[in-house]
Amino acid sequence: MSYFEMSKLALKWAFTKPPTSRYPFEPRRALAGSRGRLLFTKDNCVYCTVCAKKCPTGALVVNRAQKKWAIDRLMCITCGYCVEACPKKCLALTTDHAGPAITKDREFY
Amino acid sequence: MPRTIIPFGPQHPVLPEPVHLDLVVEDEKVIEARPSIGFIHRGLEKLVEKKDYVEFVYIAERICGICSFIHGQTYCQAIETIMKIPVPPRALYLRTIWGELSRLHSHLLWLGLMADAVGFESLFMHSWRVREKVLNIIEATTGGRVIFGSCKIGGVRRDIEAEAARGMLAELETIEADIRDITKVFLNDSSVKARLCGVGVLSGQEAYDLGCVGPMLRASGVAQDMRKLGYAAFNELTFEPITRSEGDSYARCAVRCGELFQSLDLIRQAVAKMPAGEIAVKVTGNPNGEFVARTEQPRGEVAYCVKANGAKNLQRFRVRTPTFANLPAMLKVLPGCDLADVPVLVLTIDPCISCTER
Repeated sequence: MSYFEMSKLALKWAFTKPPTSRYPFEPRRALAGSRGRLLFTKDNCVYCTVCAKKCPTGALVVNRAQKKWAIDRLMCITCGYCVEACPKKCLALTTDHAGPAITKDREFY
Repeated sequence: MPRTIIPFGPQHPVLPEPVHLDLVVEDEKVIEARPSIGFIHRGLEKLVEKKDYVEFVYIAERICGICSFIHGQTYCQAIETIMKIPVPPRALYLRTIWGELSRLHSHLLWLGLMADAVGFESLFMHSWRVREKVLNIIEATTGGRVIFGSCKIGGVRRDIEAEAARGMLAELETIEADIRDITKVFLNDSSVKARLCGVGVLSGQEAYDLGCVGPMLRASGVAQDMRKLGYAAFNELTFEPITRSEGDSYARCAVRCGELFQSLDLIRQAVAKMPAGEIAVKVTGNPNGEFVARTEQPRGEVAYCVKANGAKNLQRFRVRTPTFANLPAMLKVLPGCDLADVPVLVLTIDPCISCTER
């Protein structure tokens, strides 16, 4: 009885907890391996510019003379290439996703 | 009855991406369909002049949002063959697993869109609910839901640890039960069958002559599957291409339903056979040579032509995507159909316009 296949499916899910969540009220739980947001730790950085050279979108700008490290969050694609390349391990990817970027400025560190 | 031209698209509720058809109709029958494409051309092939061959993996992955991983994989395969890079076996198995996961989510997406096109909204929601579970596995293992970013020249970026693999297999069990539930409806429900059976019949010879690829060709009885070439780890896994003989929209739906179970089986085989070891090798030097890599995407065969001359940037890069190969078949089946069947027929080729226009 092909008609009742869908009825069975519909009934089963009518009495099951919905798979969706009420998003802004219930924040999304980050998955363990997710590539969320690039995190920079200033303490170990030697401003070698390797991350800026490797970045495929040019989101990172490093100024060795002024000891400044900058990121354009809107350009970053969180690929993790810079994290792999960093010789001092001062870059990391968090699992939680960043909030929306509201300005087009670079973040300076 | 005079002939009328009805514009279909580029913006249309049934189309996820823009393609435009001028439908010449007489009464409710379509007499001719004139396509125009090129609304989302991004010039990605030209970008090889700006990005070096290592960075270009990211662009190759962004050709399409649905089969992103296999685009990156095909590009890497082409460069690896030119540079004669010995890719570690574990990396090949991981690529196979992620490739099949992307086939799973792509086919579930298509099933949902097809249910939406025939007006079966609740089935559409159920298909996408199952797809969400696949996307969660993808995010947990690669880090991204849409752009995996895990394939690189010389191997892969991430490994799937034994515990994560066990968790993935357990989750695939529940996904398989869910898929079994929804495919029963797609294949047996009388209202779905009424919209799909006998619509857009394409014979095996016609499909072959028009150069169809993927499920479109297999639904017409031609057992052609690029995975049989044995790229990645497919030469060590056992599977047979899924074919149907009817050649109508129902057969295309049935082939995709069958491929869902085939992909689940291939993932299990790959996890069981996956050897331990390295996941990437170091790449040095620049490519010099020319190669055409062919792989099987959810929509069919994709061909990557890569030409390099020893410089950091490639000389020429060209992609022949499956949707582009299937468009002539869509134009072949449209004349003679009812106007109400046009959305179904446009969807049966699983159109991916951002692939087509790059």
